[in-house]
Amino acid sequence: MNRFSEFMLPPQKSTLAEHTDALFNFVNVTSIILLAGITFAIIFFAWKYRRRSENDVTPVITHNNKLEITWSVIPLILVMIVFGWGLNGYMNLTTPPADAYEIRVVGKSWLWEFHYETGHVSVNELHIPVNRPVKLIMSSDDVLHSFYIPDFRVKMDVLPNRYTSLWFEATEIGESVIFCTEYCGTAHSNMLARTYVHSAEDFITWLETAGSADDDLPPAELGEQLVVRNACNTCHSSDGARLVGPTFQGLWMAEREMQDGEVITADENYIRESILEPNAKITAGYQPVMPSYAGTLNDRQIDAIIEYIKTLSN
Amino acid sequence: MATNEATSNVKRIQVRRFKPEEYPEKHYLNEEKGIWAWMTTVDHKKIGLMYLASITFFFFVAGVLAILLRTELLTPARSFMDADVYNQVFTLHGAIMIFFFLIPSVPAALGNFVLPLQLGAKDVAFPRLNLASYYIYVIGALFTLFAIFTGGVDTGWTFYTPYSATTGGNVMAMTFGVFILGFSSILTGLNFIVTIHKMRSPGITWNRLPLNLWGLYATSLIQILATPVLAITLLLLTMERLLGIGIFDPALGGDPVLYQHFFWFYSHPAVYIMIVPGFGIISEVISTFSRKVIFGYWAIALSSLAIAFIGFLVWGHHMFTAGQSSLANMVFSFLTFLVGIPTGIKIFNWLATMYRGSIDLKTPMLYALVFLFLFTIGGFTGIMLGALSVDIHLHDTYYVVAHFHYVMMGGMVMAFFAGLHYWWPKMFGKMYSEFWARIACAILFVGFNMTFLPQFVMGAQGMPRRYFNYIDQFQSFHVFSTIGAYVMSVAFLIMAGYLLHSLLKGKRAPSNPWGSRALEWQAASPPPLHNFHHVPVIINGPYDYHKPMSEFQLGIAASHNGHHHHGDEAVKVEKSEKEQA
Ligand code: HEC
Ligand code: HEM
Ligand SMILES: [Cu+2]
Ligand SMILES: [Cu+2]
Repeated sequence: MNRFSEFMLPPQKSTLAEHTDALFNFVNVTSIILLAGITFAIIFFAWKYRRRSENDVTPVITHNNKLEITWSVIPLILVMIVFGWGLNGYMNLTTPPADAYEIRVVGKSWLWEFHYETGHVSVNELHIPVNRPVKLIMSSDDVLHSFYIPDFRVKMDVLPNRYTSLWFEATEIGESVIFCTEYCGTAHSNMLARTYVHSAEDFITWLETAGSADDDLPPAELGEQLVVRNACNTCHSSDGARLVGPTFQGLWMAEREMQDGEVITADENYIRESILEPNAKITAGYQPVMPSYAGTLNDRQIDAIIEYIKTLSN
Repeated sequence: MATNEATSNVKRIQVRRFKPEEYPEKHYLNEEKGIWAWMTTVDHKKIGLMYLASITFFFFVAGVLAILLRTELLTPARSFMDADVYNQVFTLHGAIMIFFFLIPSVPAALGNFVLPLQLGAKDVAFPRLNLASYYIYVIGALFTLFAIFTGGVDTGWTFYTPYSATTGGNVMAMTFGVFILGFSSILTGLNFIVTIHKMRSPGITWNRLPLNLWGLYATSLIQILATPVLAITLLLLTMERLLGIGIFDPALGGDPVLYQHFFWFYSHPAVYIMIVPGFGIISEVISTFSRKVIFGYWAIALSSLAIAFIGFLVWGHHMFTAGQSSLANMVFSFLTFLVGIPTGIKIFNWLATMYRGSIDLKTPMLYALVFLFLFTIGGFTGIMLGALSVDIHLHDTYYVVAHFHYVMMGGMVMAFFAGLHYWWPKMFGKMYSEFWARIACAILFVGFNMTFLPQFVMGAQGMPRRYFNYIDQFQSFHVFSTIGAYVMSVAFLIMAGYLLHSLLKGKRAPSNPWGSRALEWQAASPPPLHNFHHVPVIINGPYDYHKPMSEFQLGIAASHNGHHHHGDEAVKVEKSEKEQA
């Protein structure tokens, strides 16, 4: 039983996972027993009552009310158990404790942003403390997304015009994957993020140093890291390959043609504007899908990215 | 005088036995000739075949797309197509399979062919409207093809807003195609309802209506009640995209969740359009090949209607994570479980029909048994998804993909194949190779489970659906699933082979190769243009296997008088003469 459940389901890493899994197992076991019974009946009847001659006479059995009632009521009882059990788990899943630690989540095509109380923003990395309820308050900047952490058994759609929320309490230090489960276009399946579960102390240290940890890196190196951390590299390559967006290689000081025919030299101002207001000028041949990083990246970080792009000349 | 009045609703008619003509020289396939005769025909049988040809074409196209999808999924990231292409391919696969294959498969193709035959009628109530439905279907299909070649569509068959309102490609032509198609579906439903009410032969009372017709009746009700909602939804979507009126797009002040309500208000009932007619076929096939009275006639007939009715009230179970209130989720979850009960009742009644029968495992019966097994799995996993807390985990993962393939392909498509093999001799007057048909069925069964069983595991482990790329952990499941898809395509090739062979060189079929008591088997194979040379008179139920065949071959003695008798009238039968040779 345990082996079966471990094979079928991801590891249980939140307080609510066990409840969900128990119901999952209950439905599976009951179904398999009933399915085995039905399959046995099919095979047994097909063999036992196989046609022996063209003149076989079969009995006239038109109906049997007792049987009809039996096989309506027993399934009814079973499904009502499943209903109550599922509802119970669901109420827990949707009722966060009052003292839950809050984190703002913003879904953009195709990355996840996490805003912490300190003002720090991390992209595609959710850092949380262990053994403490965490509540995510989520919204989308564009189309629908859905926030899903299989290890925690939680999922909630992320909508552009309203806040939705979700809560969990992680029980283990470690990492878990986050998926987007509402189809959102080209890179939907690359809209991955990771949860990092820290001990309470480590989490506090992380929060305090997160913004400043990069201070002593040389700008170009910092820029390289930021490009990865902010998921620029899901859309921009550094080796000339064309992804959703144009490559960074050879971008610096190149003549860029815009959709409206204007030609612009890719200098500091152009790159800065491209990052903060990507839809102000659209590069010819591309879709206006880049999310804005205003509020996510500060000036110093943008400078670092520009420094990095400068190093990628042809 | 007064007493005379009172008894006058019992009609006395003279009947005699008409044995169906064997191997007729003239029949509906050769009475009129030429392409023009086909294109302008109002014969329900030919229209049925035209639908059959069209859905076969679409099944082939969408099947090829499925193979492309599965092949791409052999490796994470890109194997041979880009993410954008993949997204278009899965959208087309889903949309074509659902709107152009599955919804018309049983009602419009098989249903058109057998419905009047099972009623003993010459045709449906509105034959011209029937032809019009077909052309509307074709026009809808052309729009879709146009959409594919002018930019494609990458929204998924659900067209969720705001993505569908903002993405590139030709979403408009596609939704317009589906919009037009809806009218075809509505008109067919209307036609069937009127036909069943008005054109039953003398003696076909409601409790002698073949269960296949109960299935089609319930389906038609859903078609005419639910499809308009889809039409309205797609129209609103068009207004939003073309005129910029904010309905669903939050950027314009609309509400995307509203779209989901509208969409599923149609599409959940639509999943019953995709399964209830299958139930009808299974009832016919199981009873025929068990040579036994169907068990629980009313339980099966009424559960179809119950499913059709409750099916309207459960759309919200597609939206448990969409941000609707907990109360709404609770109610929708509760109602969802209620649909499970009539479905279970059917399964048990079919099993009870087999009990002490005389079972012949011919191909249609094999498919019916495959249906029972696969559809049961589809049903149980539906219960799993109805459970709120578990659905939060499983929603939009491959678990759902596996579930709906078990229901739609394992259920409806297997029922369709059961029906196709069952009525094939009636349609074309030819037999197919029983040997190859059974082999194909067995391969299909194995391939199907190989393809979709691993998807339950993958999904439960967290693999989301509509994913072009995936994390390495899932690769072995994907590879296995893809191999299963290749196995299935072998089965389809074999099927195409023996069916073509049957058409060209098949042995001629007798009028009633399965020894069925149902009315359509008392007509010649293939039937004459007007189905019966006499007005059939029914004194027994279609499943009364304990009565001699001669009692099922009665017709009004005088030739060609008033074809349209009302079924509800009691019929007093006086057998005349002896029997007709
Ligand atoms: C969702 C995909 C996506 C992400 C993530 C993304 N971009 Fe872009 N970006 C684009 C696209 C598409 C374009 C071209 C269209 C346009 O001009 O908006 C673009 C254009 C640009 C340009 C102008 C390039 C040119 O050739 O004219 C710069 C500079 C840029 N992005 C920088 C960044 C940086 C820095 C990040 C990360 C902080 C980033 N982008 C993240 C998609 C993305
Ligand atoms: C009758 C048969 C079938 C029907 C009605 C059907 C229907 C569907 C539908 C509705 C979708 C969802 C599309 C979407 O999410 O927008 C889908 C997806 C898919 N189907 Fe089928 N299908 C059928 C047969 C098959 C077969 C035979 C295969 C494989 C061999 C297959 C493989 C797939 C795959 C790989 C997906 C994509 C899953 C995803 O990425 O979300 N289907 N199908
Ligand atoms: Cu997504
Ligand atoms: Cu549904």
